[in-house]
Amino acid sequence: MNAFVAILRRDLLLAMRRKSEMLTALFFFMIVVSLFPLGIGPETALLRRIAPGVLWVAALLAAMLSLNRLFAADHQDGTLEQMTLSPTPLSLLVGGKVLAHWLTAGLPLVLLAPVLGLQFDLSSRALGILMLSLLLGTPLLSLIGAIGAALTLGVRGGGVLLSLLVLPLYIPALIFGAGAVEADMAGLGAGGHLSLLGALLALGVFFAPWAATAALRIALE
Amino acid sequence: MLQAHGLACVRGDRRLFSGVDLAVAPGQWLQVEGANGAGKTSLLRILAGLSPAAEGHIEWEGRPVAEVRDDFHARLLYLGHAPAIKDDLSALENLQTSAAVGGRPLDEATALAALRRIGLKGREDLPSRVLSQGQKRRVALARLLCGQARLWILDEPFVALDVGAVDMLCGILNEHIGRGGMLIFTSHQAVQLQGNGARLELTR
Repeated sequence: MNAFVAILRRDLLLAMRRKSEMLTALFFFMIVVSLFPLGIGPETALLRRIAPGVLWVAALLAAMLSLNRLFAADHQDGTLEQMTLSPTPLSLLVGGKVLAHWLTAGLPLVLLAPVLGLQFDLSSRALGILMLSLLLGTPLLSLIGAIGAALTLGVRGGGVLLSLLVLPLYIPALIFGAGAVEADMAGLGAGGHLSLLGALLALGVFFAPWAATAALRIALE
Repeated sequence: MLQAHGLACVRGDRRLFSGVDLAVAPGQWLQVEGANGAGKTSLLRILAGLSPAAEGHIEWEGRPVAEVRDDFHARLLYLGHAPAIKDDLSALENLQTSAAVGGRPLDEATALAALRRIGLKGREDLPSRVLSQGQKRRVALARLLCGQARLWILDEPFVALDVGAVDMLCGILNEHIGRGGMLIFTSHQAVQLQGNGARLELTR
């Protein structure tokens, strides 16, 4: 457990010392979301209709921006070898890295989403559901992304390949996440969508670190 | 005790080495020699369990490494070509993190003492990106001073070190062997270590 905390602390510390990477993804999210109301015009009914999808798609893309750095730096400087040789299971250390990725790349999106949602004339209730769906969904994005990042480690042009690999896997999170807000606005209740999102997250927490570890071991050989 | 029988390494369709037998008992050292590209690093990586051998098997304390992997890794200290140093962290943070990941958390006083002994006094809190190659190497080598690993596997530990540091490192290695530790390393330099040692020349 000590090693898990050490990895988490180290990655958070590194993110704090290289704030630009984190802020770039955050500004990307803000700008992409803000372009839609500007492009479509002040038609509130239409804006309300597209808001969940736009915010969720922008969140997917923003969370993906920092993914190819997730293991690449560790691979290059030899830290990954040391992690493999740790008596602590590698999947636990990978879990620590994923948690750090979510705290620096996912959680800020969750906190920023309601502010951006105001541009789409969403009610405060819909904003709450949006935040909740992102809170359940963004950790899933980090977890699935870690598998993709591990699989493309050391591959030339891995960045583009990573998005081709990971974006299709993000589809369930997108459907249930955006669907939760839409269902609530239609008066159907978001409970079902959120439960499914939660189930996906539970599945991801269990399997993703293990799958990413298997991929890392292949990359290290 | 680490023993290996009939190790072979294949890269692509090239056979780097085959039929390598070695044994390192407590208080012994083994220097792996060979021309560039002879497979020294590959051999060390295989011994450390980072990559699988094409042929042969490795035993730790008389049992196959695959069976006692966690115990083996708890007693192993491997320093590879890449120093595993993060440029944005200070020497102290780097040392403490790598020790904790290796399963042996360090308190600040011990870590500072190790860094001072390795010759980084006054540089403990500088970000590693401003350190020179040799100083970064020293940060990595400071891990040797603070752990109870029995087996050290060091890939070119003398690279980028100045004359004084080479002497100091030899002292540290001798101490380790004197305590009954085991050491496997590669080097192009003729290093004089005390105790019971052997050299292994890798040829195709």
